[in-house]
Amino acid sequence: MEKWYLMTAVVLLGLTVRWTVSLNSYSGAGKPPMFGDYEAQRHWQEITFNLPIKQWYFNSSDNNLQYWGLDYPPLTAYHSLLCAYVAQFINPDWIALHSSRGYESQAHKLFMRATVLIADLLIYIPAVVLHCCCLKEISTKKKIANALCILLYPGLILIDYGHFQYNSVSLGLALWGVLGVSCDWDLLGSLAFCLAVNYKQMELYHSLPFFGFLLGKCFKKGLKGKGFVLFVKLAGTVVASFTLCWLPFFTERAQALQVLRRLFPVDRGLFEDKVANIWCSVSVFLKIKDILPHHVQIIVSFCLTLLSLLPACVKLTLQPSPKAFRFTLVSCALSFFLFSFQVHEKSILLVSLPVCLVLSEIPFMSTWFLLVSTFSMLPLLLKDDLLMPSVVTTMAFFIACATSFSIFEKTSEEELRLKSFSVSVRKHLPRFTFLPRIIQHLFIISVITMVLLTLMTVTLDPPQKLPDLFSVLVSSVSCLNFLFFLVYFNIIIMWDSKDGRNQKKIH
Amino acid sequence: MAALSVMTGGGSWFLALALGVTLLKCLLIPTYSRTLLFQRFSVIFTDALFVYAVHECCKCVDGKKACKELTEKPKFILSVLLLWNFGLLIVDHIHFQYNGFLFGLMLLSIARLFQKRHMEGAFLFAVLLHFKHIYLYVAPAYGIYLLRSYCFTANKPDGSIRWNTFSFVRLISLGLTVFLVSALSLGPFLALNQLPQVFSRLFPFKRGLCHAYWAPNFWALYNALDKVLSVIGLQLKLLDPKKIPKASMTSGLVQQFQHTVLPSVTPLVTLICTLIAILPSIFCLWFKPQGPRGFLRCLILCALSSFMFGWHVHEKAILLAILPMSLLSVGKAGDASIFLILTTTGHYSLFPLLFTAPELPIKILLMLLFTIYSISSLKTLFRKEKPLFNWMETFYLLGLGPLEVFCEFVFPFTSWKLKYPFIPLLLTSVYCAVGITYAWFKLYVSVFTDPPVGKTKKQ
Repeated sequence: MEKWYLMTAVVLLGLTVRWTVSLNSYSGAGKPPMFGDYEAQRHWQEITFNLPIKQWYFNSSDNNLQYWGLDYPPLTAYHSLLCAYVAQFINPDWIALHSSRGYESQAHKLFMRATVLIADLLIYIPAVVLHCCCLKEISTKKKIANALCILLYPGLILIDYGHFQYNSVSLGLALWGVLGVSCDWDLLGSLAFCLAVNYKQMELYHSLPFFGFLLGKCFKKGLKGKGFVLFVKLAGTVVASFTLCWLPFFTERAQALQVLRRLFPVDRGLFEDKVANIWCSVSVFLKIKDILPHHVQIIVSFCLTLLSLLPACVKLTLQPSPKAFRFTLVSCALSFFLFSFQVHEKSILLVSLPVCLVLSEIPFMSTWFLLVSTFSMLPLLLKDDLLMPSVVTTMAFFIACATSFSIFEKTSEEELRLKSFSVSVRKHLPRFTFLPRIIQHLFIISVITMVLLTLMTVTLDPPQKLPDLFSVLVSSVSCLNFLFFLVYFNIIIMWDSKDGRNQKKIH
Repeated sequence: MAALSVMTGGGSWFLALALGVTLLKCLLIPTYSRTLLFQRFSVIFTDALFVYAVHECCKCVDGKKACKELTEKPKFILSVLLLWNFGLLIVDHIHFQYNGFLFGLMLLSIARLFQKRHMEGAFLFAVLLHFKHIYLYVAPAYGIYLLRSYCFTANKPDGSIRWNTFSFVRLISLGLTVFLVSALSLGPFLALNQLPQVFSRLFPFKRGLCHAYWAPNFWALYNALDKVLSVIGLQLKLLDPKKIPKASMTSGLVQQFQHTVLPSVTPLVTLICTLIAILPSIFCLWFKPQGPRGFLRCLILCALSSFMFGWHVHEKAILLAILPMSLLSVGKAGDASIFLILTTTGHYSLFPLLFTAPELPIKILLMLLFTIYSISSLKTLFRKEKPLFNWMETFYLLGLGPLEVFCEFVFPFTSWKLKYPFIPLLLTSVYCAVGITYAWFKLYVSVFTDPPVGKTKKQ
C-alpha cells in the first residue's frame, strides 16, 4: 500500500507503548505466598517442562493444583513449554521444579515481558494491520488512523503488558479467524478460530457467531450442492484441529475429562470478585448466590444468555454478511459477558476485540465502549499499581480516536446507524427525533461519572463498613453502560435489514 | 458536544502531536527511577516552551507546495521532526536533562529572527546563553547576523554592504539588552568576587580532549588514527613499548592524556581549529547575506564546526546542529539529504548513553520510528527531484544496522569483551564521526555553491 511508512511508524509506536507499559509492575509482584498471574505463567513453564504430559492437569505431589494449576486448554500448555525451553537455555533456575516458586528478578521480568512482546508481534499485530488494510471504502489515511487506534487500545495493553497475560495470542488467532472467514477463506479461518478456542476456552464466547455465519454461508450455497460440501469440509477442519491439539490427552478417558473439569469449573459459583456483569450488580441488592440453589443458578444463567443472543445469531444465519458477522460478534460476546457463569473482568477484552473491528463504522459509540471497558477493569489495575500507565494510555487512545475520526461531529442518526430504527419508531411516535441528543448527553454523563469515580477511588479511603464500596460502584456503573450497549448493538443488528435491501453493495 | 467538536476539529493536528509526545514522555518515566517523580514531571512541563517554539517555527516554513494531504505538508513534517525528535526524547526523558526548555528558547529566538523581530530574538538568545554556556558555539552567528542585517538597515542592489545605513540606535539597544541580561545573571557573583571560580567551573579545561566516550568528531578520528599508528608501530618495532602509557584514552576515565604517535592536542589548538572552521561561514554571512535562511545555515555550521573541533565535546552537543537543521530540511532537497545523514548518525551516536537491558528495546524502536518516518516523509516531499541519497550514502546508513547488532548482541558474547571492552564504543564513535564529518563537509559545500537566494522572504 502507499504510505507504508506511516503504517510502519504506527506499528513501531504501538510496540513502544507496549514496552514502556511493561516496565511497570506486574500482577502479584512481591506478594507471597500466592503472588499473581505472572507467577502463574512462570509456574506453568515449570510444570510443563519438568513433568510428563500425563501429569500436567492432575493433582500430584509435584503438581499442586491449588497453587496455580493449569486451567487453560492444551495450546497454552504447549506455548508455556516453548517458553520454558528458552528459559532453560538462559537460566535454568527460573523453572527449576519446586525451588523456583516465587522467583522474581529483573532479568526474569525482562524475559517474561519479551515473550509477551514476541507473541504479540507474531500473531496479533499482523492481524490488526491486515484487517485495516482490507477495509473497504475508506482512504489510506483513515486505514492507518484505524490501525493506530486499535493498537493503542488501553485494555489489552494494560492486561497483557501490565497485569501479565497472553490475551494477544488468543485474540490474535480469533482475529485471523474473523479475517479468513470474512474474505471467504473459510477453512483457514475456522482453523485459526479453533486454535484460538484451544488456547483459551473463553473464546467460546465468539463461537456462536462463527457457527451461525458459516452455517448461513452453507445454506446460501445450497444444502444439496456446494453448501453441503463446505459444511463437511468445515466440520472436518474443526474435528482435525481439535484432535491435533488434544492428541496427547485422548489416550485415556480420564485425561480428557480431567482437562475439561479444569477448564469449566462449574462448582466455583456464579461469579467471583467484583465483575461488571448482571449477577454481581444484582447481588448488591439481592443475594442471588444464597437464594437460588447451585444448579438453578446454572440453568437461569444459561437461559438468560441464550435468550439475549439468539435473535442476532438467528438473523446472522439467515442473512450472512461480514458486516453483520462483526456486529453479531460484539452482541454475542457482550451477552455472554453480562449473563454467563464464572465471568472474570478480563473477559471484557473478548467484547473489545470485535468493537475494535467496527471502529471505522461507528467511531463514536466504539470509542465510548472501549473507554468504558478499560474503566471497568480499574480495581484490578489499581491493585497492580498501574494507575499512571492506565491514565496515560487511556488519554492517548482518546486523543487518537478523537483526531482520527472526528467523533464528536459524527453523532447524527445516520452515523449512529440508528436511522431505520428511528424511522420505525417515528411511525408510532412522530416526535421521536431526539435520540442523538439523548445519546450525546448520556456520553457526557458517563464520562464524567467515570472520571469522578476514578478520582474518588484513587484519593479517598472507603468507609469502614463498606470496604468494597468503590469496586462495587465501578462495576455497577460499568454494568449499566454495558446493558445500554447491549441494547444499542442489538437494535443496530435487528434493524439493519431495512438498510440492507436498499444498499447497492452486497458483500 | 459542539465545544468538544471544535476542540478536536481540523486544525488540531498540532495539538494532537504535542499531546501525544507528552503522553509518551509520561510513559518513559519508569525507565529512570532514580529521580523523584516531581523532577520528571518538571521536565515534561517545561517542554511546553519547546512546543510553543515549534509552533512559531512552523509559521516560518512556507507552505507553497499546495498539498491537500495533511501528512505531506512541510508544516506537518517539521512538527513531527521537532516534537518527536529521538535525540531530545532520549536525552531529556530517559537520561534526564532540561534540554527541551533550552532548545525551545533557541528555536523561539530563531523564529523571531525569521519574523523580523530582532530585538526579541537577541534577548531570548542572551537569556539562553546565560542558562547554558554551550550555546557560545553559535554566538558568532548571532553576533555577525544581527550586526550585518539589523544594524545596517539596507543593502546596495547587488547585496553588498551600504556603510551609511548603519544605525547606532539599533547597535546600542542590542548591546544594552545583552548587557542587562548578563548583569542580571552574573551580577551577584561579580559582587561576591567569585567570577574566576564561576568561569573555571564553566570551562573545565582539565577534563581532557575527549569525554570518556569519544564524541564522534574530528578528534575521535584523530585518536583512532593515533591508536592504529601506535599498534602498527609496536608491531613493526618502531616504537619502544616501555615509553607508551597503557590504556590511556580508552580507559573510560575523564582525564588528560597524551597521544603516542601524533602530536598531542592542547585547548589552544582546538580553539584555533574551531575558529578557522567557523571563519568561512562567518565571512559568507557578512559578505553574502541571504536573510534569515543564510543566518540559519551559518548557525548550523558554527554548531557543527564547534562540535567537530571543540575541546571536551559531549556527544549530546550534536543536537545543537540537528534541531535547527530540521527547519532547513523541509525547504530544499539538498538540505534534506544532509539533514538525514547528520540526524541518523547523530542519533545513533547517542546510543551508548542508554546501556541497560530494559532501555534497549525503547531506544531501538524509537530510533527506527524516527528514522523510517524522517527518511520516508522527506523522500515523499521531494519525490519530484533527484533521489536524496547516492549508493555510497545508502550503504553507509544501512551499515548502522549491522553495527548495532554487532555491538549490542554479538560482542557481549565473544571473548574479546574482557580483553578489549571499549571496542563497541570505539567503533560507534569512529563510524559516526565519518558520517558527521561528511555531512559537515557537504553543508559547507552547499553554502558556497548555492546561488544567492532572493532577499527577504515574505513570512
